Amino acid sequence: MRLPLFLLAITLLQAVHAQDDDLLSLLGEDSTVEYTTASFKATRVINGNSIENTAHGVLDFRISHRFGYLSAGNEEFWGLDQAFIRLGLDYGVTERLMVGLGRSSYNKTVDGFFKYKILRQCDQGCSTPLTLSFAAGMDITTLADDKLPWYQEGRELYMSQRMGYYFQLIAGRKFNERFTLQLMPGLVHNNMVRTAEDAHDVINIGGAGRYKITKRMAINGEYFYVLPDQLPEPVSPGDPEFHNSFSVGLDIETGGHVFQLHCTNSFPMFERGFITQTTGDWLDGDISFGFNISRVFTVHDPKAKARKKAGAQGNGSW
Amino acid sequence: MNKNIRSLAAAALLAPAALMAQERYACRTGNVSFFSATPVENIEAHNHKATSVYDATAGNVEFAVLIKAFEFEKALMQEHFNENYMESNTYPKAIFKGKVTGITAADLKKPGTYPVMVEGELTMHGVAKPRKEKATLTVEPTGAVKASCDFIVKPEDHKITIPAVVRGQIAEEIQVKVRIDYQKM
Repeated sequence: MRLPLFLLAITLLQAVHAQDDDLLSLLGEDSTVEYTTASFKATRVINGNSIENTAHGVLDFRISHRFGYLSAGNEEFWGLDQAFIRLGLDYGVTERLMVGLGRSSYNKTVDGFFKYKILRQCDQGCSTPLTLSFAAGMDITTLADDKLPWYQEGRELYMSQRMGYYFQLIAGRKFNERFTLQLMPGLVHNNMVRTAEDAHDVINIGGAGRYKITKRMAINGEYFYVLPDQLPEPVSPGDPEFHNSFSVGLDIETGGHVFQLHCTNSFPMFERGFITQTTGDWLDGDISFGFNISRVFTVHDPKAKARKKAGAQGNGSW
Repeated sequence: MNKNIRSLAAAALLAPAALMAQERYACRTGNVSFFSATPVENIEAHNHKATSVYDATAGNVEFAVLIKAFEFEKALMQEHFNENYMESNTYPKAIFKGKVTGITAADLKKPGTYPVMVEGELTMHGVAKPRKEKATLTVEPTGAVKASCDFIVKPEDHKITIPAVVRGQIAEEIQVKVRIDYQKM
């Protein structure tokens, strides 16, 4: 007699449970794949590449500006009299690939690059723990022949002397809503170096991070460490002494713009320049105030077709 | 005796399964879109991955809409929508749980268009709000059931703050359209 009662109790419990259950759980696990977004506010942390790409179909017009060094003193209005500028256009060719072109006033340089996302950090539906990108670019100085540092009367000049390249792996992870960290091992190749002892291939490793202080503001930092004994040491007075590039900044986002304000010891805004030609020393007050302004334009909407198609399947009122 | 108990046990275990043989409909690819119309700018976003289960016997209905699956014309808008407004990492889904009234399970066997009322709770951006909306259920001659519902959501009702700079670009009342093609489960 006791056993059927017990069974009845189980039955009732189950019936109650069935009433209470979550209807949506009947559909099973959600398998939608979602990749992490907004790891950085912009495709550049400050000077260097971030793990973010320009979105597919989006054209990003970037104006980057660096004033002179604070250490220039009052005659130069603490650097504000001087200015370096880079104008850039970046475009998202696919979700993974972006390409860019830029023109810098520093050594009258034109640069071009691409950045490809090999792995994408995943929020849901997959398990990739980080984003891994590969970036490569080249630059060429368009200075007049007689302004080139290696110019000598009667010396034969080659186009290749003007060029340099960079290759970079960017591995980064958005740890939480606020904090993102990335490491960028890379190689810069200078076709032309000053002395035979100087390395053509300069191995370097960068680190960068951001911390969001509000929904629309973030603090960024970036450091490029050049492995020792690669850059030319000054031999005679007047020779430049090279330093590692270090920058800190603040990103402010307002709708379609991102404003990046920062302090850096680098004037050039292309990889070969800021990694191997930074002459400023933070400790000597060689700090340049600068800003990047990014304005995006959607020139191609890759999902428009899919949306229209889905709309057509709806009830006609889409 | 032993056999009796065993069959009784089996019957008792199966009984709730029999009770559960209800008229259930489900959809994994529901369309949810929203429109914000202001003189400055019109914004719209579409989501084709809404999931819903409708239990016609009990009259219960549930929806889950993945916020990140809303697609905008502009990639940056989509990023800001997720990062700044909906905070979709913290609140990944909008959920509705409620009851459908004005229709019986038997009606769903007959083709036709049925106006119904849907009453329940909409949870979005971590804030739950009671809602009562008119909706339409259409039973196709094939037996398929389609549901449609249009309603208004006010961002401030769900504690979605819109900064002063962009207040002119985002409507105070967002029009939402839901279109679901249910399949029998």
